[in-house]
Amino acid sequence: MHELAVCQALIEEVEAIAENARAGAVTDIHVGIGPLSGIEWALLRDAFPIAAAGSKARDARLHLHRKPVTVHCNECGRDSAAAANRLLCAYCNNWRTQLVGGDELLLERVCLEHCAEEID
Amino acid sequence: MCDTCGCNVTAGNHHLLEEGGRLARTPAGGESLAVLKGLLDANDHAAAHNREHFDRHGVLAVNLMSSPGSGKTALLEATIDALAGELGLAVIEGDLDTENDARRIRARGVPAVQISTGTACHLDAHMVHDALHALDLGALDIVFIENVGNLVCPASFDLGQHRNVALLSSPEGDDKPAKYPVMFRAADLLLLTKADLIEVLGDFEPQRAIGALRALANPAAAFALSSRDGTGIDAWLAWLRAALRQCRDGGMRPRPAATPRAAAAAGEAG
Repeated sequence: MHELAVCQALIEEVEAIAENARAGAVTDIHVGIGPLSGIEWALLRDAFPIAAAGSKARDARLHLHRKPVTVHCNECGRDSAAAANRLLCAYCNNWRTQLVGGDELLLERVCLEHCAEEID
Repeated sequence: MCDTCGCNVTAGNHHLLEEGGRLARTPAGGESLAVLKGLLDANDHAAAHNREHFDRHGVLAVNLMSSPGSGKTALLEATIDALAGELGLAVIEGDLDTENDARRIRARGVPAVQISTGTACHLDAHMVHDALHALDLGALDIVFIENVGNLVCPASFDLGQHRNVALLSSPEGDDKPAKYPVMFRAADLLLLTKADLIEVLGDFEPQRAIGALRALANPAAAFALSSRDGTGIDAWLAWLRAALRQCRDGGMRPRPAATPRAAAAAGEAG
């Protein structure tokens, strides 16, 4: 599955941020995932230690934040919660809606630790 | 929740973090850094680069996605037969292994680049970029990208295409759009392939498949097609010609529906 590829991209991004901030290690990584991102929560978690091995994020904790699916109705103009495979307006049942949340695949926050001395 | 990085910040204590703006100290003395970056930004960047290549040459790029065995290569063969002499075509083939599909395309006189993905379940923008170097875009009108047969992973990766076409063959069942919403939400056209089998199967209702597509808020055109008996081929060719015209008129710089829009908007806001 593609979660490993996504996780490798995540680690690359996090390493670049840590490098840029001259941090010794990454302690926490916060990722926001919507059900319509196509990423399976559990698989991403499983892939994380494999992708993180040998990187500054090898001991980091991965925090996954589930994003709700929300649609905006083009008819009645209201926003409502929806299921991933039923993106209808909850008020008027119209299918002509726009997704305003639920397809996120975002690196939201990283927490860095500065070492007194850098050890390679 | 973690105790060190400040992720347990609530509306009530958020002001404590605001002094440092996007950068705030954690209790342990580390840094907590707000990022808001798409995880597939590197892929999306490469995809945008591919799209520029296509646009510069006025080439329409069509990404075909479906399960394995739903008739992608057969559709391409029928398309090549119908458009030979009218349009310059090329195919980028994605498969885990073998050159079988590329051979079928080349046998009809059309250039085909085979990407063997090994164990990877999808094509990404970098693989397509490498394949583009093997094609003379100046001599082409349409490039088809036949993605790896898979209803899950390919939908997450923008390749630089202008249009996504999803194939759903009748033996697979008419409820597939409800089972694989990410893939079918991304479709700009849904082809109900192997339509010649619908009568034999007896339990495939095209209207149910289209209803499941609409439930994904997808207004894409959808119709039955059979590469074997020719059903729907004229409608498919008309759709292709219209897409090519739009591409050439410069009116089409579409972000394919597969690109997470809400995430992109959040990234821009951040």
